[in-house]
Amino acid sequence: MTIQFNDETFRDDYSFHNSDWAIKRFPFPFHEDSYMYAVNMEQHRGGPEGSVYEKRFDVDEHYVAEMRDRAMVLADDPLRCQSLPHMTLAGWDLLELIMVSKSEDYPDLFELHRDGDQWRWVNKPMGIDDSFTFMDETTLPYGPMEYITRQTQGDFCVLDQREDNLWMDAGIVTTQADWSLDFDIGMNFFEWHAPVPLAHEKGIFVRALKFLLNIQQGAPARRLNWTMTVNPLLDTSPENYHKWGIQKTTLTPENIGSKQHLRVELQTFFRLPRSNALVFPIRCYLCSFQDLMTMPKWGRRLHRVVRDLPVELATYKGFIDNRPMMLDYLSQFDDGLPTSPGVWPDFDTEPPLQK
Amino acid sequence: MSKFEFPPAIKSRPVYGTLEARTGKHHLMIADAEGAEAILEIATPELMAKSHIIYIPKGADYGDKLRALQPAQYYEGPSYAASVQRIRHVLANAHMGLQIYLTGTEGLMGQAQNEAMQAGFPHTAIQTEHRGSVARRMQCVHCKGITEEVETDPFVCSHCGLNLFVRDHYSRRLAAYQGVCIDAEDPGNVPEPKGIYE
Repeated sequence: MTIQFNDETFRDDYSFHNSDWAIKRFPFPFHEDSYMYAVNMEQHRGGPEGSVYEKRFDVDEHYVAEMRDRAMVLADDPLRCQSLPHMTLAGWDLLELIMVSKSEDYPDLFELHRDGDQWRWVNKPMGIDDSFTFMDETTLPYGPMEYITRQTQGDFCVLDQREDNLWMDAGIVTTQADWSLDFDIGMNFFEWHAPVPLAHEKGIFVRALKFLLNIQQGAPARRLNWTMTVNPLLDTSPENYHKWGIQKTTLTPENIGSKQHLRVELQTFFRLPRSNALVFPIRCYLCSFQDLMTMPKWGRRLHRVVRDLPVELATYKGFIDNRPMMLDYLSQFDDGLPTSPGVWPDFDTEPPLQK
Repeated sequence: MSKFEFPPAIKSRPVYGTLEARTGKHHLMIADAEGAEAILEIATPELMAKSHIIYIPKGADYGDKLRALQPAQYYEGPSYAASVQRIRHVLANAHMGLQIYLTGTEGLMGQAQNEAMQAGFPHTAIQTEHRGSVARRMQCVHCKGITEEVETDPFVCSHCGLNLFVRDHYSRRLAAYQGVCIDAEDPGNVPEPKGIYE
């Protein structure tokens, strides 16, 4: 299908919106009626047709608007994109991975023409047609990582692998769930996850690291993570928290359905061939509560998950103060009926709301 | 009493040890204030004959005692900033097998460790021992300004003036803890500052 790109914003007037298509394919993260941390890793080798899991790098209706927002964030704060000196080769690896994947997966949108090291990249949605020499930084307007990730949705962490650990040594981070690349760059896997509660004690990070260190070329993996965001704000950075934090207090029973968004990260992991680095794209999907409630199963389930979430997690995810108001709203969409297993909305088979 | 038992904390927070004399042809010791005590405890004539001590007194009175150890080289600097060029020079000209000892406040150890890392020393090969003040070197995540010697939580950023709370999250590269606005969701609601470990 041809994607109709939305003209929308993720700031100020927040004109971001999801089409019916985008709601239906939203990566709802709860496979059962409760939630606790888990490594929950699976292979990233496609998925149901039309789902966000189908392609290696999903492109959706928000693509052009998200890239416009990223450019604004970078203009305000160039430190959102950094690469330590030894990571340039990994940047070229990433550029190749994305260009090859997108041109194969979306031939109507992207073209890659290669003649030896002379490459031509065509990005039709963004109106880009650039020729350059592969592995020659002077032929691109930015470093290779920055060049390609200014054209690819999601944040990217490029992790160096050494000493049986992963090191956050490069990245572009403009749509983050409240963490700072500028602060965390150079940290190892345990250090940058240090502020996460409960998961260290449960051994989550030890197991996750063991898995990630062994990811092989051509065998990417994926998992979901989630949090809550008031207003469809992509740049929920700590850098700007003193500006956006106040928005959390603007929820009312009347506007919560449209203002409160479930924020889901589709995290994928690819081994890069030359550098042996691991690239960790973190793709953010936003969906308002009222749009989620159009799927009866998701309405029932979201209420139960939010209601039963441990206080530490609701606090860490930043919505402990708003949880009572969220529950007042969500409980209207929970009639107590059982839900089917799995994340899919099962719109055709789940009974409509019984109240 | 210059020693302090830090409470258990998250995994990005540095852990300090106790200095011990190691085998090596050259020894670089960088200390501030009460850090001098840790050097005095491990000093032997043999070690001192191969040691270069860089000391920033910050008002403490250990200079004569350190000098009396007769280290091969001794420098007393008025501030870390004044000493950093010398530190870089020593690191840049160091030979294989240099042993590095850092002791004193977290700010001093963190910044000197960062210099050593940039010169190619793995941070795990550098000895550290905390002595003296438990004040922290803080980076404001909003304006990126560094505030030195922070003793209370919350505190006011010395650059942008925001009220910041003191996190345990620590960056070796910045040699600083992270400070984050405490009243972003309720402007003006700032708790009474108290000591970081109170």
